[in-house]
Amino acid sequence: MAYEKESISVTNLSKIFNATSGQITALQDISLSIGEGEFFCIVGPSGCGKTTLLRILAGLDSSSGGTITIKPTNIDRPINSMVFQEQSIFPWMTVIDNVSYGLRMRNIPKKERYEIARHYIEMIGLSKFTHAYPSQLSGGMKQRVSVARAFANDPEILLMDEPFGALDEQNRILLQHELLRIWEETRKTTVFITHSIDEALCLGDRIMVMSANPGMVKTIITNDLPRPRKISEIRTSLQYNELFQSIWLILRDEVTNSKNNSSTEEKKQPQI
Amino acid sequence: MIKQEYSSLLIRILSTLSPLSILILWEVMARVHIIDTRLLSSPSLILHAFIPLLLSGELLYNTAVSVQRVIWGFLAGSAPGIVLGIGMGLSPLIRSAFEPMIAATYPIPKLALMPLILLVFGLGETSKIFTIAIGVFYLVVINTMAGVLSIDKIYLDVAQNFGASRKNFYLTVALPGALPMIFAGLKLGMGMSLILIVAAELSAAKAGVGWMIWRAYDMFAIEQMFIALITLSLLGYLFSLLLDMLENWVLPWKKQV
Repeated sequence: MAYEKESISVTNLSKIFNATSGQITALQDISLSIGEGEFFCIVGPSGCGKTTLLRILAGLDSSSGGTITIKPTNIDRPINSMVFQEQSIFPWMTVIDNVSYGLRMRNIPKKERYEIARHYIEMIGLSKFTHAYPSQLSGGMKQRVSVARAFANDPEILLMDEPFGALDEQNRILLQHELLRIWEETRKTTVFITHSIDEALCLGDRIMVMSANPGMVKTIITNDLPRPRKISEIRTSLQYNELFQSIWLILRDEVTNSKNNSSTEEKKQPQI
Repeated sequence: MIKQEYSSLLIRILSTLSPLSILILWEVMARVHIIDTRLLSSPSLILHAFIPLLLSGELLYNTAVSVQRVIWGFLAGSAPGIVLGIGMGLSPLIRSAFEPMIAATYPIPKLALMPLILLVFGLGETSKIFTIAIGVFYLVVINTMAGVLSIDKIYLDVAQNFGASRKNFYLTVALPGALPMIFAGLKLGMGMSLILIVAAELSAAKAGVGWMIWRAYDMFAIEQMFIALITLSLLGYLFSLLLDMLENWVLPWKKQV
């Protein structure tokens, strides 16, 4: 799929952590280009540095080398908003104050930001809980609020770090469905991290497979399953199965490799 | 283990009955001379002494004097405690500058400072307020710092990701996140200030509930001493009730857990 405009451009990005046992290369030579309005998924074995990559894109961590360029379409917009993996909505704020948090930080008047927030609360089906506190919400509802908070902020790019990873299967499918619906309405440039091939295929336009130790781009696969997608229909299609198979074959080697590496490390340790 | 459900009526009856039965037992033992009423008095004697003390306005006056000292001392101790505690929680620089000092001086019993405080601040109100303030300060500053440090790191990431300014970060993350622990510190501080008021009014006071206790000791007026003790316990109960109400109002999100 070709994109008219590039939104995110990453060149030769690297990240080195200084640990007591020496330097650890978490990311090495990452280069990629994400188009405006693209839904870009990243899959990889655990420990491949996908969260680190996303945190660098979000500006929460610094890189050790390379460049990142995010091209703004509108200078009034914030660059990015992130949906975190863990529970991240403020327990001391009501749903509407959580959803409008980004807008409040940008000094948008209360009436206006509440209006925007209400729209997104309705989209995630939590209108009844507009003024409820998170302690009254289930895990799935909390993550919906987190998604709404990112969308309401209307950023150039959305960053999602395994947002549905901690949910049970039924809730995960429901939230994937809702995310697809909201995304198809807004067409925001999205970078979505997951360890699930299925999730990447259901959501993404392209899927980047990462290798671990050090984290590198293994391959980028184009997922041209037709949109708008229905998760129930996608899964039974021949195309889905072929794509699933090809990604799994690449990932399988990576997972076994990283497993072997870590098990040899474990064996070495007693000798030190 | 089997968890048993008791009816709320039974629980309410028991919690009224147990203090009541102690009063009755006390009265009976005093009447049959098992206990010496010159030392331990009896509920009826205390009640008898209570009425003139209340009608003359003496009890209310002394209570008002003590309450004023407690409130001023409490505010003077907790306000800087909250501010410094938040600073210490957020900034490693402030923390490393103040933590050793606080850790080293915290174990000193505040009562041991009374003579020094009297020398520095004289015999007036300031010395009493300061004694209470210093006791409250330590409890609030330590709890506030712990409260800020216990805020989940994810909320700091969220604030940064959504571009919170320094001021907004304090108002939307640091303060509300630390508030439950701040309240824990305030409640401990309130208990501490009632302990300290009695000690502070031991020396060079001319009024107050604590002063009443010491005067009763001098005059061997046991009934007045008991009345002052009961007043103190009522004050403690009222203050903690007030703090609970304040907490429910400030922390509506905690209530529904």
